[in-house]
Amino acid sequence: MDFDFNLLIDAIVAGLLLGGFYAAVTAGISIAFGMLDIVNIAHPAFVILGSYIAYFFSVSFGIDPIVVSIIALPAFYALGWMIYQIYYLSFERRGQEALRGLAFFFGLLFVTEVTLILTFGVDYRYVEAAYIGPSLHLGSIELPYRLLVPCLVALALFTAIQMFVTRTFIGRAIMAVSQDQLALQLMAADPIRIKRIAFAISIATASVAGALLIVIQPVEPSVGRDYIGRVFAICVLGGLGSMPGTLIAALLLGVVESLTSTFYGPSWSPAVAFGFLLLTLAFRPAGLMGR
Amino acid sequence: MNNTMFAVAATAVAIAVLAFAHALGVDYFYFAGYTILQFIVLSTAWNILGGYCGYVNFGTAAFFAMGAYSSVFIHKLYPLPIPFLIVIGAIVSGIVGFGMGYLTLRLRGAFFSIATLAMAVVLQTLVVNWDYVGGSRGAYVIHPENLEFGALSVHYIEYLFVLMLALAVLALVTARTIERSQLGYGFATIRDDELAAESCGVPTLRLKLIATTLSGAFMGMAGAPFPYYIGYLQPQSAFALDYAVNSIAMPMIGGTTSWVGPLVGTIVLGSAQQYATVTISSAVNLLIVGLMLVGFVIIAPNGLIGLVQKRFRRQP
Amino acid sequence: MSALLHVDKISKHFGGFVALDGITLEVQPGERLGLIGPNGSGKSTLVNCICGTLQNESGSVQFDGRKMDGLSAHQRTHRGVARSFQLPRPFHSMTLADNLRVPMLYTVHTRTGPLHADNIDARCAELLQMVGLANKARQWPRDLTQVEMRKLELARAMAAEPKLLIADESMAGLSHSEIDDILALLIELNKAGITIILIEHIMSAVMSFSQRLAVLVSGKKIADGKPEDVVRDPEVVRAYIGQ
Repeated sequence: MDFDFNLLIDAIVAGLLLGGFYAAVTAGISIAFGMLDIVNIAHPAFVILGSYIAYFFSVSFGIDPIVVSIIALPAFYALGWMIYQIYYLSFERRGQEALRGLAFFFGLLFVTEVTLILTFGVDYRYVEAAYIGPSLHLGSIELPYRLLVPCLVALALFTAIQMFVTRTFIGRAIMAVSQDQLALQLMAADPIRIKRIAFAISIATASVAGALLIVIQPVEPSVGRDYIGRVFAICVLGGLGSMPGTLIAALLLGVVESLTSTFYGPSWSPAVAFGFLLLTLAFRPAGLMGR
Repeated sequence: MNNTMFAVAATAVAIAVLAFAHALGVDYFYFAGYTILQFIVLSTAWNILGGYCGYVNFGTAAFFAMGAYSSVFIHKLYPLPIPFLIVIGAIVSGIVGFGMGYLTLRLRGAFFSIATLAMAVVLQTLVVNWDYVGGSRGAYVIHPENLEFGALSVHYIEYLFVLMLALAVLALVTARTIERSQLGYGFATIRDDELAAESCGVPTLRLKLIATTLSGAFMGMAGAPFPYYIGYLQPQSAFALDYAVNSIAMPMIGGTTSWVGPLVGTIVLGSAQQYATVTISSAVNLLIVGLMLVGFVIIAPNGLIGLVQKRFRRQP
Repeated sequence: MSALLHVDKISKHFGGFVALDGITLEVQPGERLGLIGPNGSGKSTLVNCICGTLQNESGSVQFDGRKMDGLSAHQRTHRGVARSFQLPRPFHSMTLADNLRVPMLYTVHTRTGPLHADNIDARCAELLQMVGLANKARQWPRDLTQVEMRKLELARAMAAEPKLLIADESMAGLSHSEIDDILALLIELNKAGITIILIEHIMSAVMSFSQRLAVLVSGKKIADGKPEDVVRDPEVVRAYIGQ
């Protein structure tokens, strides 16, 4: 096989950019699963919901899809707030989150997906924006804006979350509740309220992640299923709840997927994320930087 | 009622159902009935690991598809009668179940479930890239219109219906036998508190492996006739996540602690889905499954049989 | 006479935290050992490592002349080690009597062959009688008080017919007379040949029960000897003011 160096560089670059985006999608799971121990397997479906909301308002009103997603943040926050309330009252309080909580989110995944199918149909939807199409050329490297802009926004989102978690009171309370709920209670903070805020934030990230997704590729309702494996693989590999770890894991996964797709064909790439996940679970369940 | 008597009773019920179907003489009944019977097997199988042991398996589709694809594989070599294919499907998926269990059962709760999902996708990717069984293009399986058994000529779909009916009886009898045996007792301790079970001397890993192997084998058996039922097999449909959500929803709706739950849940949910498919559209199916799953899990965590048991406890 | 249990320099870390630091401990057959120490000193970790719930990273655990390293918890229970959990862990979907059947079916029968159903029922009744729960045989763990759950824990450990019984804080919250009952029960078991390690905070119970007393502080054993000597040891007094 002729080794095309340019192809390799392009694949790695695309992988890094994609990886940045994956980090944004995983941010929500890092919070929900990594910090709160809530296996929200429906998260990718909410990301797709974000994609469709961005699509709808972008196409109807000509607003940039990423801007739409930011305007939609409060709505997603409220959705997350409500879902946690139901989850807490039905499962966490009764100590049944293992089986029933999992089934709950699995059901939500399908409800969300099918609602989107019934509302929008199964055709692929895509958005138009000034930066979808042209590329930035650095020497012989081509950086499609379609990938670059989402990657930059993703990194910004990621940094915002990391700063929130380390520098604000509520952010640190979230870190605390993930480590020792009782201690938090003794400090007169309501752990349930903290967890609810955290979960609401995790769903809010889905809004932005969804907009980024539809900038990168056309979307149809079942696309979310491809991401279930990716987000959990990244979350586990990065070490549950560690934001820097999640970013590194996301970039790594993006690059490996890109290389696999380029040199072995795209039909093998779904196995990459899940294969990563299985290997991590088998050999290093604490992840790269986990506790 | 001891196990043998139950097996006899179940077979009698099955024969009655067959007689009814035969008298009705409507092909649609066989087609719809086959699907419901198939899900009785799948949800009963799922419940052995999920309901009895408490380990949620998201990879139902993988075991089902491995059964289907082993049939396709053998069909291309030499077309065997379906009962043989069912046995082969059981062995193949049983081995896959054992392997999956060996790799994943040391993981706690949520990680185990995610790992099962991961294995399903990895298996799907392998099959998609395996051209001998058709890869992503799919595989056609041709079958005759009628089967001749001596002087008896049977519609092919009725033949499939009978096979699936037999599998359903087998699955239910097996589940009930396990439930009432020492094995079922051990399963319940694992579900209730695995750590305490270990310190009481229960060999938890061994029991869990038995559960995954049995569960996988039955799912493989349900999948083996599928290529003949559907005529054209594609990985996207064989490995669809839809199988996972159904095989989880049906026991959760019916009740996970006993063999009755998956049976009741399948009949209720399966019929609702058939009705919706005929009257509205097939896309609504999954919406119904999702809504019922979410609804029941919140309102009736012990399923329909749980609700019935509560009602009976209130009586003087 | 060789020791029944020989814990030889075992260590256990959790991330950067050292829970056990080279603990060596011996228990003679038929002995009554008391184990005390402040909260967080590693007592439960030590029990977990002996019973196989956790695996120690270095050192070895020997029981009845054979190494137990690498054995899973259920295998160690088959060999004759039983424990009660500090926070009771009953099987919630089973009655009290059924809870006791589990160790009989899965442990005792591996030594003696399948037990007759009547034997099992009689033994369950006997055990429940011993801990004062005979009238609740058909009830569910959720209907029990905390104190009754502790008694069930102890009964379930006894149902495994162990050579060594480790009772992990079974007496917390019990009244004086209930403590006396449990102590009397443990002494009965000891007279019948069962070696017992008692982990407790209630000093009066520990003092009256133990033939030997060991003290754990921050993962290290700082004292091991006759109870009256140990409680006067200045290091023990300094590190751990009991009561």
